[in-house]
Amino acid sequence: MKTTNILLAGVGGQGVLLASRILSEAALAAGLDIKQSEVHGMSQRGGSVMSHVRIGEEVHSPIVPEGECDILAGFEPLEGLRQAHAVKEGGVLLYSVDRINPSTVSAGFAQYPEDVEEQLKSFKCRTVAVPAVQYAEQVGNRRSANVVMVGVMSNFLEFSDDIWSQALTAAIPAKLLALNIAAFELGRKHI
Amino acid sequence: MKQVLSGNEAIARGAWEAGVSFAVAYPGTPSTEILETVAASYKDDIYSQWSPNEKTAMEVGFGASVAGARTLVTMKHVGVNVAADPLFTMAYTGVGGGLVLVCADDPNLHSSQNEQDNRNYAKFVKMPLIEPSDSQEAKDFMAFAFDLSEKYDTPVMLRTTTRISHSKSIVEFGDRREPNKIGDLERNARKYTMLPGFARPKHPIIEDKLKAIAKVGSESCPLNRIEMGDTSVGIITSGISYQYAKEAMPKASFLKLGLTYPFPAELVKEFASKVDKVIVVEELDPFLEEQATLAGIEVDNGKDLFPICGELDPVMVANRLAGKAMNAVAPAPDLPIRPPVLCPGCSHRGVFTILKKLKVFVAGDIGCYTLGALPPLESMHTCLCMGGSITMAHGIAKVMGETYDRKNKVVAIIGDSTFFHSGVTGLIDMIWNDGNAVVIIQDNRITAMTGGQENPGTGHDLSGIESPQIDMEKLVVALGVKPANVRVVNSYNLKEVEDVMKEELDKPSPSVVITKEPCVLQFRIKEEPYRVDADTCTGCKVCIKVGCIALSINDEGDEPKAEIAAEFCTGCSVCAQVCKFDAIVK
Repeated sequence: MKTTNILLAGVGGQGVLLASRILSEAALAAGLDIKQSEVHGMSQRGGSVMSHVRIGEEVHSPIVPEGECDILAGFEPLEGLRQAHAVKEGGVLLYSVDRINPSTVSAGFAQYPEDVEEQLKSFKCRTVAVPAVQYAEQVGNRRSANVVMVGVMSNFLEFSDDIWSQALTAAIPAKLLALNIAAFELGRKHI
Repeated sequence: MKQVLSGNEAIARGAWEAGVSFAVAYPGTPSTEILETVAASYKDDIYSQWSPNEKTAMEVGFGASVAGARTLVTMKHVGVNVAADPLFTMAYTGVGGGLVLVCADDPNLHSSQNEQDNRNYAKFVKMPLIEPSDSQEAKDFMAFAFDLSEKYDTPVMLRTTTRISHSKSIVEFGDRREPNKIGDLERNARKYTMLPGFARPKHPIIEDKLKAIAKVGSESCPLNRIEMGDTSVGIITSGISYQYAKEAMPKASFLKLGLTYPFPAELVKEFASKVDKVIVVEELDPFLEEQATLAGIEVDNGKDLFPICGELDPVMVANRLAGKAMNAVAPAPDLPIRPPVLCPGCSHRGVFTILKKLKVFVAGDIGCYTLGALPPLESMHTCLCMGGSITMAHGIAKVMGETYDRKNKVVAIIGDSTFFHSGVTGLIDMIWNDGNAVVIIQDNRITAMTGGQENPGTGHDLSGIESPQIDMEKLVVALGVKPANVRVVNSYNLKEVEDVMKEELDKPSPSVVITKEPCVLQFRIKEEPYRVDADTCTGCKVCIKVGCIALSINDEGDEPKAEIAAEFCTGCSVCAQVCKFDAIVK
């Protein structure tokens, strides 16, 4: 079995790390090897955050080799675009359509690329736009947009509903579970 | 049982399985989660505490070891610099209960002020060095490290990097070894009292120990293994570099080292004799390569292929080791960067806004507030090391002499945790030596940058249990700052901050200005958000200069207007105070 390479790119505070945890738990429940890598610390303060998840029979490097990414989930369009070149030809690029201005833009030092979605679609891979925040608001908590994104990603990973259910239960505190399962389902049905 | 654990979580588990009963640390990325995991998951079996700094942590840990407990001490790479004084001599005394120092290096400076390679400390201190390559090894190697520490009567360093500490992989759990029995305190001055006459005979003993451990590393250490494959090239590697090299050349021959110091020269020679050529794949310094060369082993110059600066990555290793070309697609050009910023509502923002206005020179320190150096605030001018703000300010002020010209006045700025870490001695220096700088202590009631840890000023210990709270105001007065020069201000009241700063800057003796507003992120502070009254807003952009991501300029209408994102705004009021037209309202 070939290793599946996944990148999750977003902004500090969006829950990129929890989303990675759900993917890791799914791989563990499916009896596969998993490596996941992230950098935290300063990134919590609204900076770019990136997490690598690799799933397969035997995985060595915790970092996805650039150009070999099968699935990229951009939790914010600009952050998706920042990593889009890492996706291999024929891979999948999902992005949440909700923009968050970097401080450099709000301070007027830089412009947010107006054509961000056109640029995302210019890479040689399948792109999927996700109204993640809108879905999350439908289930009653906009912070669940990260789990919506995992739901969309689930369409490109060969895990059963039961595996996903185990993964969500393992990664999410009990009192928030029902809400997040609903968020996951909306994402899963997006495609 | 199997779980997906980070390297740090696995180290905590490994300590528990190894029978550790005492754990101590000062937080520092990427090491912090080790003690947090000990405190959260193993608190019934392991006493754990934060110390005010790494030196005190090391000494507290050493005391626990002398009393017989297996002891874990953790810190980030630069923390070892602070703890180096006790550490060097601990190699001489040896230990009571096993003592393992876990040191987390940060190649590529993800969250650090330098990228020193702490493997050099093992050689310098003369203690064994262990390097795991994933979470399973991080856990398993702990037991080996403690056994080695007790058998050879030496502290042992287990060194990770960010990619080991913060990467997750599957870990199979084991059982807990029985902790050491604690008996009566033993007196052994020749072992633990390092007078010259007692210390001198220890040095040759250390040299003998290193030879004996090198023999273990060459002959019987399960952490060092040869994986024979294609013999045209033999790769010597350790830590995360092993994973990258293994992925790049799965069929090559490997010497995978886990016990990397003392250098297992005989094993390396044996491996080298079986392959056509040897190359060392390692991050940062040529630590293994230099020792191989010293041992007379012919190795290719690895640093011609792999840089001394920064991290390795799988593409680089595959390209340079195996000549594999990757499908290189160019990144999208000219994207605006997204640097970390002070959070919306951060209690540091108002103070930096005023410091910028006053045009003083600001000697900074290490914490979230170091972000005050970045645009648009740009009001921090030095940041060297933990606690360095106050002492640097003193040195600068001494050279500049008595001046009332604000651009040549120096202000030190330091957080609560950093002040207790090593700012206190700096303040003593300034007071004792007739200094005259203003010291701002930004007490946000938590160690914020590393994710929210308790410190001596918060009134709680690592486990969240109530503890004596060190009173900062009384402390600085007791040290000798005049009571009239100790000012507590509200960091959200810009006029108050400005007035008090002006008064204190004009005084000829040291002043301490303290803010006490808590960290909005850690304490989840959110009040009614402000909004911009578009009719009043002139689009002057003064509010934008406070550097808050809740604020932006909307260019869509006829005229540009400021705009506030309600979901980010915490209602802190700093932008409303700088607005000259009262256009920012609730």
